[in-house]
Amino acid sequence: MSRTFLIIAEHRDGKLRQVTLEALQAASLAAKDGDSLAAVLLGSDLDGLAGELAAYALSDVHVIETDSLKQYNPESYVDALAPFIDSIRPDGVFLGHTALGRDLAPALAAKLSAGQLSDVTAIEQSGEEVVFTRPLYAGKAIEKKIFRAYPWVVTIRPNNIPAAGSAGGGQAAGIVKHDYSPSKPLRTVIRDVVRKMSGKVDLTEAKVIVSGGRGVKSGDGFKPLEELAELLGGAVGASRGACDAGYCDYSLQIGQTGKVVTPEIYIACGISGAIQHLAGMNGSRIIIAINKDPDAPIFQIADYGIVGDLFEVVPLLTQEFRKALA
Amino acid sequence: MNVVVLLKQTFDTEEKIVIENGAVSEDGVKFVINPYDEYAVEEALRIKEQDGSTVTLLSVGPARTTEALRTALAMGADEAVLIEDARIPQDEHAIATVLAAYLKQQSYDLILGGNFSVDNGGAQVAVRLSELLGIPHASSITKLTLQGGTASVERDAEGDLELLDVTLPALFTAQQGLNEPRYPSLPGIMKSKKKPLRTLTLDDVGLTPDQLEARTERTSLSLPPSRQAGQILSGDIPQQAAKLVELLRTQSKVI
Repeated sequence: MSRTFLIIAEHRDGKLRQVTLEALQAASLAAKDGDSLAAVLLGSDLDGLAGELAAYALSDVHVIETDSLKQYNPESYVDALAPFIDSIRPDGVFLGHTALGRDLAPALAAKLSAGQLSDVTAIEQSGEEVVFTRPLYAGKAIEKKIFRAYPWVVTIRPNNIPAAGSAGGGQAAGIVKHDYSPSKPLRTVIRDVVRKMSGKVDLTEAKVIVSGGRGVKSGDGFKPLEELAELLGGAVGASRGACDAGYCDYSLQIGQTGKVVTPEIYIACGISGAIQHLAGMNGSRIIIAINKDPDAPIFQIADYGIVGDLFEVVPLLTQEFRKALA
Repeated sequence: MNVVVLLKQTFDTEEKIVIENGAVSEDGVKFVINPYDEYAVEEALRIKEQDGSTVTLLSVGPARTTEALRTALAMGADEAVLIEDARIPQDEHAIATVLAAYLKQQSYDLILGGNFSVDNGGAQVAVRLSELLGIPHASSITKLTLQGGTASVERDAEGDLELLDVTLPALFTAQQGLNEPRYPSLPGIMKSKKKPLRTLTLDDVGLTPDQLEARTERTSLSLPPSRQAGQILSGDIPQQAAKLVELLRTQSKVI
């Protein structure tokens, strides 16, 4: 039996999100010979993005294009996707584990009476089964799971599965347009979207994170960290201590409460390393700790440690990186 | 209004995880209200203080969950319902089905829950429930204002803010920053002992186990590879900074 997997593509500021290409790769890791992959785009002005997606190894790129889908609306997205999904009957639906994916996937799963595996970090085939790896307790434990029935719904943690490469020179996917008008009066209205993140790198997708703890002492104390993050094209994060103290917004919090991140480089500045914080960043490739206290637990898991005052160390580090990158 | 708060009891986030006989050991573990659910409880109590709403706690879980429910009653919730039945599988589809079966027999205006649970981290049950009940939802909210039959919410979307108006009844899940949860007061703790806490089984909500077939199955559970402490650099700070950048280039090759 050949199966169809559907990727719900996400885009931001007119660009495909990296996690969508990772979801595409995830679906192809789950696929066997004869299975086919399709993607769906929702929004307005999608011609460019649809053309871009068509270059990947997909049978079809479906486009549901209308002004009312320009902004994500939980109700209208489900309303638009449900009949579409009914028409193509995918065996699996793949999304990013993002603000949109986390909100949309469970609603679709409920609609389809389907199982969902969230925040998946790896996929492998084992005999007839497709085995999904995902964290528990924000990464303090790891479980492997399988589905007992089709269809599947899977959300992919950003930064863990390599992004799919474009098919290159092969047959481009067909672009199929679909209409949408609400099937019922909607009870959810998007009043406004305040773009606080324009041009900034999202924490969960960042390759470099410079993170501050209680040691930054104030909101202003984040400035040297921001400079370093900007130089490295990364994002600024924080520990619970720094958020609770009011130095920064909770949206920056990394930990078992907060976000779980897996960047290439994690630079912990003035963070002692409470268990709940470590759970959120333990999967980073290289961890660098900067702390005045040589006994801080963060040094127990750091690849490199500098014992010293972050306000002295971070600017010097920024200088050295600037030289190295010049 | 009738406000329902979905609540799960979880490990305290400072707990280490120990695996014994293929399962996470609960020996000596401190349990708490799932931190995100605590924001939901607090938000419900603030609504109750404004308009006299009734706050009902609702949970599916093992018997130990009564502890977390008593704590939330001590914070000020009015009553609690625990659906406890070993025949309910640990599967989000099943748990949402159970919650929906119960709530379909109740009247509610607003359902609040946590953004995700800090143990399984599936972030599924609450949103699934809204779909099963046929009511609108928004997840990860940092602000909730009620006016007439409409809820105006701010949703945290990876740092951006989405401002939504949603007609009640509706379901929302709480993100950090929504509020600062209170501690139970001593009189609150005394009063909580007399507040109604009902325990129901699958039969009470009119479901049979064959309606709750798990959609997923765990095949293994393990601890992540442990990280080794690396090297603490030496020398004066400018030397250490230079050394670090050099090591990142030559040893770990990340830049």
